Amino acid sequence: MIGSRQHGGGVIAFTFIIALLLTVIPLPEGLRFLRPDWVGLVLIYWCMALPHRVGVASGWFMGLMVDLLTGTLLGQHALSLTVIAYITLKFHQRLRLVPVWQQSLTVLVLLVLHQLLALWISRIIGRPGVPWYFWMPSVLGMIIWPLVYVTLRGLRRGFRVS
Amino acid sequence: MLVSLSVVLMVMDHRFKSLESVRNTLSLLVYPIQLIVEIPGTVTDWLDESLATRRKLQEEVDSLRTQQFMQQAQMQKFAALQAENIRLRELLDSSFEIGEKVLIAELMSVNLDPYKHQVVINKGELHNVYAGQPLVDADGVMGQIVHAGPYSSTAMLITDTSHAIPVQVNRNGLRTIALGSGTINRLELPYIPNSADIQPGDLLITSGLGGRFPQGYPVATVSAVQHDPGNAFASVVATPLAHLNRSREVLLIWPGHTTDINSVVSAPVEASAEKADTEAAPENGEAADNHSTAADTATATP
Repeated sequence: MIGSRQHGGGVIAFTFIIALLLTVIPLPEGLRFLRPDWVGLVLIYWCMALPHRVGVASGWFMGLMVDLLTGTLLGQHALSLTVIAYITLKFHQRLRLVPVWQQSLTVLVLLVLHQLLALWISRIIGRPGVPWYFWMPSVLGMIIWPLVYVTLRGLRRGFRVS
Repeated sequence: MLVSLSVVLMVMDHRFKSLESVRNTLSLLVYPIQLIVEIPGTVTDWLDESLATRRKLQEEVDSLRTQQFMQQAQMQKFAALQAENIRLRELLDSSFEIGEKVLIAELMSVNLDPYKHQVVINKGELHNVYAGQPLVDADGVMGQIVHAGPYSSTAMLITDTSHAIPVQVNRNGLRTIALGSGTINRLELPYIPNSADIQPGDLLITSGLGGRFPQGYPVATVSAVQHDPGNAFASVVATPLAHLNRSREVLLIWPGHTTDINSVVSAPVEASAEKADTEAAPENGEAADNHSTAADTATATP
């Protein structure tokens, strides 16, 4: 039992590490504001596909990593990714049933929530407001969700992660 | 529970400095990721260097040699001027420091939060980097270190919205504070009275107040001055001199650690700091730096 539970943990960790890499990889100046939230997307997928493996605690830990990596307030991403993970866990069975494009819409809502929390926190600590393209990463996240979904599903089935 | 834990973390990180060590230790965890991201940049740099043609290299050597010759010629004069300056200051009974201990660091090609002006450099606590340390490039002040990890550190640029740097106009010594605007090529000087003597083209240098940035480094040039009779203060905008989004090599400065450049002068001048300065502008010293404590103010001398 324990052996089967552990199976494929490396794959999950690997996808998260790739997501972290994509979070800080240098982009041209103009595209920096459009970077989708990779860690959020990967987290949503695993929470939906394997709710018994990846959950709120993983979300919190990954959020902490993102905070350390991007120099934001320690705990900011941890908080918002915890919330995302929690909501995804709540609705994971419904999410699995609907077609991918409908999942995309849910993902948009989750990512906007994630950014909204980030925005609230940064306003509370006295940073200035944001331009309209602040929200673009969420929209982009919605657009690339099918791609992420198919890729990660392929990985999960290929390596029989369960 | 985790939510409340995050909130506690955030409050502690924002309000107190106690989490600094935790953050520094944890940053070891993400250091490998920074290194991996760095690889493509390192590889292209290496390829660029090793595949350069002989001709190109020769041209580069030539131009560097000319440049070095010119600068050496200027340095001859500099030594004399420096000695003279220190002699004059001795007469005035005030000390002045030229030449601090420096270390060259490289920016790591890591993108951080796009709404914060921060960069990562490849030197950390193991190289004696500390939080609050000033950072300059070849043309001017870039910013200061905010988190010093073991192998790499995060620096905040002077244009970040939560950054303020005490400056003075080089032409007449007018002291003020330059705030970051959140735009990479723009600093704001909101505390200049309408009657103050400042005009576009003026060079702003660090004033040394606040005790964090050593005195005399160029920061920015004034690009626009607007006098609005309805407001108490003029709106002044300046352009940073450092290439904040282009420099790859930066200099870390240890204020107070003088290098051998000072040993040219026989009798180094001691103490009595910039007493006159601090007394003249208490309001500037007060607001000098968001991150510095006011107690730092008079610690600039060794």
